Amino acid sequence: MTTAELTIQAVDRNEEGFLLDSSQWTPDVAQQLAEEAGVGPLTDKHWTVLTFCREDAAQQGQPPGLRRISKLSGVNMKELYQLFPKGPGKLAAKIAGLPKPQGCI
Amino acid sequence: MTTATIERPEVTATPAVEETKPEPIQHISIICSKGTLDMAYPGLILANAARMSGIEATLFFTFWGLDVITEKKLDKLHVATVGNPSMHIPTMVGGLPGMESMATSMMKKEMEKLDIPPVREMLEILSDSGANIYACRMAMDMFKLETSDLIPQVDGVLSAMDFYDKSAGAHLLFI
Repeated sequence: MTTAELTIQAVDRNEEGFLLDSSQWTPDVAQQLAEEAGVGPLTDKHWTVLTFCREDAAQQGQPPGLRRISKLSGVNMKELYQLFPKGPGKLAAKIAGLPKPQGCI
Repeated sequence: MTTATIERPEVTATPAVEETKPEPIQHISIICSKGTLDMAYPGLILANAARMSGIEATLFFTFWGLDVITEKKLDKLHVATVGNPSMHIPTMVGGLPGMESMATSMMKKEMEKLDIPPVREMLEILSDSGANIYACRMAMDMFKLETSDLIPQVDGVLSAMDFYDKSAGAHLLFI
């Protein structure tokens, strides 16, 4: 199976739906995770956030908290809540194929 | 009939497990009644964690908790060194001049290390996140405070009865 054909049924996830292996993530998987989470079609703004989260996690070794995303990604706190109304803290990391963030901020 | 062997798989069927799964929290309403730095943060952080998880959050500031949303006071909240058994220093030592400000600056430094923002920024984040921030009318009257004394992020001044109306279906937490 090529990565382009990967579906969220085929990737390994924990009981909360977070990917167990972030290398199984593809933009296709992200779109499917977004639909499953009720976020809908991903816009350029969503992609700005998701790309930042993946790059930051690769550098820092852990998924960024919401305050960090709002300060460094160029998408502010209000917009983050508009993009992921059902909880940007969890959903940005989940759709970016990263583990659940451990921080409270 | 071999009913016993036929029935057994039905008992362990999965739908029964799913039925007992607890309902996720939809709305948390937090009553913040304390004005010390160490008691201000728990309410703010819990409300923020709720919003980050997509849970609705309502904060009701009453009594000394009003200091947390009072413009002139919120940047000067202190850690209590007297009457705080968790400080692990004798009460009389805690009462010496300078002890409170030392404990306060130590706590602020530790919070900064954990990337937890100052109280003012926490309130801005909460407001941006869509959390509801209310002040208690009775406590406002008692402390002779006007709406203009509060930070602009406050969504309104409520009676306790109004607060319950706004908290319909919410889990309540008193700090």
